[in-house]
Amino acid sequence: MGKKSVEMLVGIFVLLGMAGLVFLALKAANLGSFSSGDTYTLKAYFDNIGALKVRAPVRSAGVTVGRVASIKLDPKLYQGVVELAIQRDVQFPSDSSLRILTSGLLGDQYVGVEPGASDKMWAAGDEIKHTQSAVVLESLISQFLFSKAADAGSATASPQPASAPGGGRK
Amino acid sequence: MTAMISAVGRRTLEILRILGHHATFFVEILRACPAALRRPYLVIAQIHAIGNRSLVIILASGLSVGFVLALQMYYALVTYGASESLGLIVNLSLTRELGPVVTALLFAGRAGTSLTAEIGLMKAGEQLAAMDMMAVDPRSRVLAPRFLAGIVSMPILAILFSSIGILGAYVVAVLLIGVDAGNFWSIMQSGVDVRRDIGNGIVKSIVFGFICTFIALYQGYEADATPEGVAHGTTRTVVIASLGVLMMDFVLTALMFSTP
Repeated sequence: MGKKSVEMLVGIFVLLGMAGLVFLALKAANLGSFSSGDTYTLKAYFDNIGALKVRAPVRSAGVTVGRVASIKLDPKLYQGVVELAIQRDVQFPSDSSLRILTSGLLGDQYVGVEPGASDKMWAAGDEIKHTQSAVVLESLISQFLFSKAADAGSATASPQPASAPGGGRK
Repeated sequence: MTAMISAVGRRTLEILRILGHHATFFVEILRACPAALRRPYLVIAQIHAIGNRSLVIILASGLSVGFVLALQMYYALVTYGASESLGLIVNLSLTRELGPVVTALLFAGRAGTSLTAEIGLMKAGEQLAAMDMMAVDPRSRVLAPRFLAGIVSMPILAILFSSIGILGAYVVAVLLIGVDAGNFWSIMQSGVDVRRDIGNGIVKSIVFGFICTFIALYQGYEADATPEGVAHGTTRTVVIASLGVLMMDFVLTALMFSTP
């Protein structure tokens, strides 16, 4: 086999490899879908962030408009401080509120933005206190049980007070 | 008692001798690499012999691994109603683990053995000694180009293995089973990170290419200059390279993916 044809075949081999890499990066991974270049950061305080993770999406009306940049605990307020990197071209009124939501029944958690009606917009570095925590399943269940027990306690309180343990505690 | 102690000592010295041999051989190859790069056609010809000729077996295996992975994962996931995560699972298992590891095992079997046999026979036919006589350094003429070609070819082969595997999974999942194509790709894209998953997979494949090629060259160069010696060297190449790749894979995985 001649020198030229060997070089040709090796060239094809290397180009094929590059095509594979481009396929993996663009079609099979998240490069290009969201660039971290043009963003501004907001600080949000949550009582409980649930299972929120760094790089979780920030969504408004279901559309991804940013990512969670960092999560830490405020040592004075004992609240979770979540830094959000929002795309520069998306602005929210300053009375918008943030909620931690779950996509699907078993899906990942994300930060949802409920837009408000104010004329003022959030600016970079703003601190947001108007937030709603993640739903923690255990507290939800215990709330439900307590309210059930309370209902049962008030319904049957006069004939059999002892039949509803915990009912009087609420 | 004394015999046992001296047996332990002999074994230790033997291991040290082998390790030292490998290290000197490695330094010799590295020192010969610049000379090989000055004549790039030598390297290109070896990439053709190592990379291009392994292409068909790598692509065929990648495709069938993708097919099988998609089918098996579908049967497991459909019971949880999560069959749309199929693409994500196939992609992660291919780019992180199966792509680099299976490619390296095939590479050791396909290219490593041929390197060992070739160099072993060159040594048995005293071609290497003849080169030395003509003041041509066999390390920079024979060993270094093959070494460089192995390190270049292996990541390309691993990338192609993963890509064709994902395409194979797409064929089975979307075209045959009927998983939604949009969800297949978008769940995959949201779950796979370029640097963490694909980048680390490529780093792994470079390390594996280094291990396979180096062991193949060492076994060929140090083989006894007899038919049995070459046969032993070829066998040892496959055994040592495969075990080395699998153990190194554990170490690299622990280093790369231990933090979430």
